[in-house]
Amino acid sequence: MSVLSTPAPAPSAAARERSPFEEALRRLVRRRGAMIGLAVVVFFIAIAVFAPYVAPYDPTATSWLAVRKPPTWEHPFGTDEVGRDVLSRVIYGARASLSAGLVSVALAVAIGLPLGMIAGYAGGFIEAALMRLTDAMLAIPFLILAIALAAFLGPTLTNAMIAIGLSATTIFIRLTRAQVQSVKVEEYVEAARAAGATPLRIVLRHILPNILPAILVQATLTIAAAIIAEASLSFLGLGQQPPDPSWGSMLNTAKNFLSQAPWMAIWPGLSIFLAVLSFNLLGDGLRDALDPRHRN
Amino acid sequence: MLRFFLKRLTTIIPTVILASMIIFALQQLLPGDPAIAISGEEKDPEVIAFIREKYHLNDPLPVRYAYWIGGVLQGDMGESIRLQQPVAQLIVSKFPVTLQLAVMAMAIALLIGVPLGVLSAVYNGKAMDYAANILALWGLSTPNFWLGIMLILLFSVQLGWLPASGYVPPTENLWENLRAMILPAFVLGNSIAAVMMRHTRAAMLQVLSSDYVRTARAKGLSPRAVIIRHCLRNASVPVITLGALEFGALLSGALLTEQVFSIPGFGKLMVDAVFNRDYAVVQGVVLCTATTYILLNLLADLAYFLVNPKLRRS
Repeated sequence: MSVLSTPAPAPSAAARERSPFEEALRRLVRRRGAMIGLAVVVFFIAIAVFAPYVAPYDPTATSWLAVRKPPTWEHPFGTDEVGRDVLSRVIYGARASLSAGLVSVALAVAIGLPLGMIAGYAGGFIEAALMRLTDAMLAIPFLILAIALAAFLGPTLTNAMIAIGLSATTIFIRLTRAQVQSVKVEEYVEAARAAGATPLRIVLRHILPNILPAILVQATLTIAAAIIAEASLSFLGLGQQPPDPSWGSMLNTAKNFLSQAPWMAIWPGLSIFLAVLSFNLLGDGLRDALDPRHRN
Repeated sequence: MLRFFLKRLTTIIPTVILASMIIFALQQLLPGDPAIAISGEEKDPEVIAFIREKYHLNDPLPVRYAYWIGGVLQGDMGESIRLQQPVAQLIVSKFPVTLQLAVMAMAIALLIGVPLGVLSAVYNGKAMDYAANILALWGLSTPNFWLGIMLILLFSVQLGWLPASGYVPPTENLWENLRAMILPAFVLGNSIAAVMMRHTRAAMLQVLSSDYVRTARAKGLSPRAVIIRHCLRNASVPVITLGALEFGALLSGALLTEQVFSIPGFGKLMVDAVFNRDYAVVQGVVLCTATTYILLNLLADLAYFLVNPKLRRS
């Protein structure tokens, strides 16, 4: 009797007031890997934005007196085959890589999210047609499709971004459709429908906010893949064109001078690795924070 | 089994047809007139008219697609403008090189990924688990072409142990072939090993918490016997099927790896074709890659069906 009458311990005021967003943020902040990833991402974004103030030299300025010089205090990352400062080029290269990652994923989300919501909510013929098209696009490996698209569109950074964005669209169509299908049968969606809400209102007001966390996680992980894809396209000569720097195109040049100037290959590659690793760490952390079931 | 196969085939055929339509439609992205683009520097009107006639460029798009796919079905994917050879013949000659690279890379990925995944699951939450996860993150975040360049720098330029580039057919000299292929295969297998490690870890964690493993332990079986005989056997089913799907990533990766190591395979054929505006070759290679990927998907499904008694019974 005494057990039955014992009141349950009251949750603390802080726990009671915390919203799901705050809870997720708390879990994210506790994950050391995600925080390191976030710090490095912020660092790269900062050097990309403030490149003109941070870079010690003009990234395209050549100097025949400083051809393939090893790292010194004057040029901490050394110089390249035409005497350009490698550090300045790595700093400016962050612009191409990060903008390619962010713009192409924004494009993929902008196309994939609405199409996935239509497929998931409407069902029937529209869904079947969209899914067959998505399956067909998914059958062509991501990078191969991006290279083929970039080849036909022409070799520029903008076209590389379009190619990567279009290739990544299918990921978001499939993910959004699956998320919408699982959310649209929830009771609160049924209730909104019963209350006479229009399909557009249901999708935008009740379904979209609930599927955004999954989209955010996928977007973060896809940025990592897009950075590698941009570097790959630039490495092949299908992205950023010389003399403008990009980490991929710097590696393409560096491979011809490996025995004479290995530093030309080390820094741009390390930058790609760090940027991709950071987005992967952040994406993994976000996934764990937004969906704790994933932790194990 | 036959019903399952036929059911999967009915979904695969429209996918292959749609994929071929997308690949054909890529040509429409060419800025301007494709006949002028193909005709070269001189832009001779007679050559342009000949190209228009030859490639049916005066016909509407669906008719051109019908001509193209009709040819593909008969083994005719057009002709390489640069090499003056049938595209199908080029693909057949380059495919074994990429296949050898892909098989060696997959073997390396399995040799690294599966034991690491097992150790990571068995020592879940311990130092070994963290170390394996760090290695997986390293594999997933390292661009293939950079790793390739770094390994060339170490093993070829600095140590001089392995050739930096080139290819020797295995029929000519097997030892030299293996020496030339080991670095590219490791580079290509590195990222797949990370994926395999994650798949194996997830599958092993699921199996380790199942009732029959608890029973096997309760019966007094040694931990090694439980892991090898009970866990690994069951966990390997999803790992093998998911591994088949990773061949798509292998084909993408091969493209860059072959470029770094100058291996005359499928990927190098496509990249060279891209730079020489040899669009028939680009379309042919992409179509073959997509078809191979779809077929591997089908094989993975069939393998899963064969080894999963629950699916067979249903």
